[in-house]
Amino acid sequence: MNAFEPRIIAFCCYYCAYSAADLAGSMRLQYPANIRMIELPCSGKIEHNMLLTAFEEGADGVYVAGCMEGDCHFLKGNVRARKRVEYVKKLLDELGIGGDRLEMYNLSSSMGPRFAEIAREMTERIRALGPSPLNKASTRIKKDGERA
Amino acid sequence: MIVAEQKPLAEIAENIMEAQKVLVVGCGGCVTVCLSGGQKEVDILATSLRILRKKEGKPIDTATETLERQCDKEYVDKLAEKIQAADCVVSLACGVGVQYLSERYPDKCVVPAQNTKFIGGTTEHGVWEERCGLCGECILARTGGICPIIRCSKSILNGPCGGSQDGKCEVNPDVPCAWTLIYEKLKRQGREDAIYEVFPVKDWSKSRDGGPRKYVREDVLL
Ligand code: SF4
Ligand code: SF4
Repeated sequence: MNAFEPRIIAFCCYYCAYSAADLAGSMRLQYPANIRMIELPCSGKIEHNMLLTAFEEGADGVYVAGCMEGDCHFLKGNVRARKRVEYVKKLLDELGIGGDRLEMYNLSSSMGPRFAEIAREMTERIRALGPSPLNKASTRIKKDGERA
Repeated sequence: MIVAEQKPLAEIAENIMEAQKVLVVGCGGCVTVCLSGGQKEVDILATSLRILRKKEGKPIDTATETLERQCDKEYVDKLAEKIQAADCVVSLACGVGVQYLSERYPDKCVVPAQNTKFIGGTTEHGVWEERCGLCGECILARTGGICPIIRCSKSILNGPCGGSQDGKCEVNPDVPCAWTLIYEKLKRQGREDAIYEVFPVKDWSKSRDGGPRKYVREDVLL
């Protein structure tokens, strides 16, 4: 049996998701090794083309993690990020990549366990969807027993 | 400014056909302001086209450029080198920009990426509304600064039409009745009697019926 290991990019706000990841680490929580994190000064820093480029460069899934709504350090960055994510989801549908591969999450810096849960949720979702149509032909479908 | 809306990706992709090197050209004028054809949109479109074609197993190269304006020949001239290297050009300008590129580089296929919609302005970030119908003979001085040609759904010159209800247009309850607005504005300025002025039939030869228009300033011709 072949096991597909998705490559997932997580754009994380410094004030919440990134700190929550730190906390998850201190708490010794396990989460899938499929996540590659990119720190943003605020989720509102995300640009439409950054999300698209992540897919172009080989991501099977992407998510943006910002603070709880109403708690953004810059007031509305996370609300704006969500709108951009929604816009790019539609673009991904048009592109035949599928908007389901992109998601927006909200959490606070104290939510270490939630950070790990999101990482698992997203990994499961992308695993179920299979490789991005852009990566279909790639060699990243590993044989059972092979190391990650 | 000119307000334009990007075409569906599939239509743009179909029009670039089998091109392998695509130059995507934005415009720094109106379409940058209405967020449909500036540098950001150029980047998003170029990435999207690359993704689409990569997915189909027919990858393409893209180059990008955003001109100060595509409706001025001197800026369009600057593209010569980049156009040379491209099989196909995608323009994110209004229809004028697309035609200027196509005229200046007649051997290249120039694909429009936008539907050019109307002359309007921003009412709030992300919302644009039509304000002028390009009639060629402006009557705003006599209508309280509100254009009945484009803001009245029936473009009537002597309104209201009788369908106006609670200040809203009968065509769409979200649209204010232009003639109610005109009356209110004139009243505010103490000249509501002006509403009785009967406008004669408009000379539409000064608008689209007169063929493509041309405007010449003899005094500045070189
Ligand atoms: S009257 Fe004519 S020129 Fe003036 S705003 Fe209306 S359509 Fe435009
Ligand atoms: S209701 Fe007012 S805006 Fe609508 S068509 Fe009649 S006059 Fe024009």
